[in-house]
Amino acid sequence: MILTFLISLLLAADIHVGEIIFEHIGDEYEWHITQWKGKDIAIPLPCIVIEDGVHVFTLHHARENGYSLNEDGKLVNAATGKRPLDLSITKNVLSIMLSSLLLLVVVLLTARWYRRHDVLKESPTGLAALMEPLVMMVHEMARENIGPDYRKFSPYLCMAFLWILFNNFLGILPFFPGGANLTGNIAVTLVLALFTFFTVNLNGTKHYYKEIFAPDVPGFLKPIMPLIEVFSALMKPVSLTIRLFANMLAGHIMILSMVCMIFIMAKYGPALFGGMTLVSVLLGAFLDALECLVAFIQAYVFTMLSSIYIGLARQKEE
Amino acid sequence: MSLVTPEFGLLFWMVVIFGIVFFLLAKFGFPIITDMLDERSARIAKSLKDADEIEARMASWKVEQAQLLEAARKQQSEILRKAAETREQIIAEARDRAREEADRLLKDAKTQIEAEKESALRDVRKEIALLSVEVAEKVLRHELAGEDSQRALLEQLVEESHQARLN
Repeated sequence: MILTFLISLLLAADIHVGEIIFEHIGDEYEWHITQWKGKDIAIPLPCIVIEDGVHVFTLHHARENGYSLNEDGKLVNAATGKRPLDLSITKNVLSIMLSSLLLLVVVLLTARWYRRHDVLKESPTGLAALMEPLVMMVHEMARENIGPDYRKFSPYLCMAFLWILFNNFLGILPFFPGGANLTGNIAVTLVLALFTFFTVNLNGTKHYYKEIFAPDVPGFLKPIMPLIEVFSALMKPVSLTIRLFANMLAGHIMILSMVCMIFIMAKYGPALFGGMTLVSVLLGAFLDALECLVAFIQAYVFTMLSSIYIGLARQKEE
Repeated sequence: MSLVTPEFGLLFWMVVIFGIVFFLLAKFGFPIITDMLDERSARIAKSLKDADEIEARMASWKVEQAQLLEAARKQQSEILRKAAETREQIIAEARDRAREEADRLLKDAKTQIEAEKESALRDVRKEIALLSVEVAEKVLRHELAGEDSQRALLEQLVEESHQARLN
């Protein structure tokens, strides 16, 4: 992301930091890789729009199909200005596909290692050695937080953890196929949180629902408590969504700002430019390192909270 | 603002892709790995428990060994003590028997000496008796060599027997 950004900025005539940053953390109808001699180099992606039938086209041909981009950069009907049902394979969708494919391949290869080797006689090597501690960590987390039937939920937690971790790191990676701001996108984190929400509430025990709808409280609290409990149950996925989204987004914005600083300072003479470049590069490197830490921590926190919520929902009456 | 409003297309694709990958991995991926990991941790836990047990058994063996050693040492000293006792006893017995034997020999010797002495004395007495008879014969023969002396003796003998009858 940063490299792309650097190169594109070198050729940009004017600098609008806000625009640049929002472009990089947002979504696009094509995957812009770099600029070369004033030309954009981008991977064209299919726009899929459902409005009186399915329309498939690339961004370049949007106008011919009767669509244009609004001020948010989204496809709208050129005539009515309304948003159609937009199922386009955008940069983020492609990124989800690529990272999911990567995760699929990595985990299946790891599983293959375990299927072909006797784990009691050999220690894992290669990919399996890399993945084992991660899977084991989440599995142990599930065991500690969920209780006796943790085995049923361990795959979901492993999936959530590894998916978030992979995408957090791919987000830090500044070039294709990384660079998409997936875990800093509220739609993505919302889906993740909803998966956790449904896992929790579709597996709730009688005890869990009794605690929500008929908690054992003094009489005057009886009508209020269910409201509070339902609200709290609904707020859990919201907090999961926003925590991951905001943390990752903030990290991306901070790193981008550091890089933008270099180009802003270019106007103010060589001394300040040189000085600030040094500061920006050092701070940027520091922030990148910090983001690597945050990438892990946020994946861990999301999984940990999910497992705790599931554990609460699986509680039996004492 | 598009930053905080979830895009429907992205939601849709995210659900579909995440769902498919999750389905595949939950079926063919994670359970295989976690089952193996569980198997191994069970094995490790068992090995640790076994090691603990063996250690405890070793410790008890050590105590037992020490006890055995102690018992053996006791037995040894007991045997040595008994041997010493037996030795003393044998020596004492031998000494007693030797003394008895010596006593017996001494007694035998004494009786023999006594007997020898007796027979020697008897021989001496016999010899003396014979000698005295011989001497007496010689004396008599010498004294009664003349007529006068024979007569005197006769007279004396008569006198004596006469005297004896008178008495």
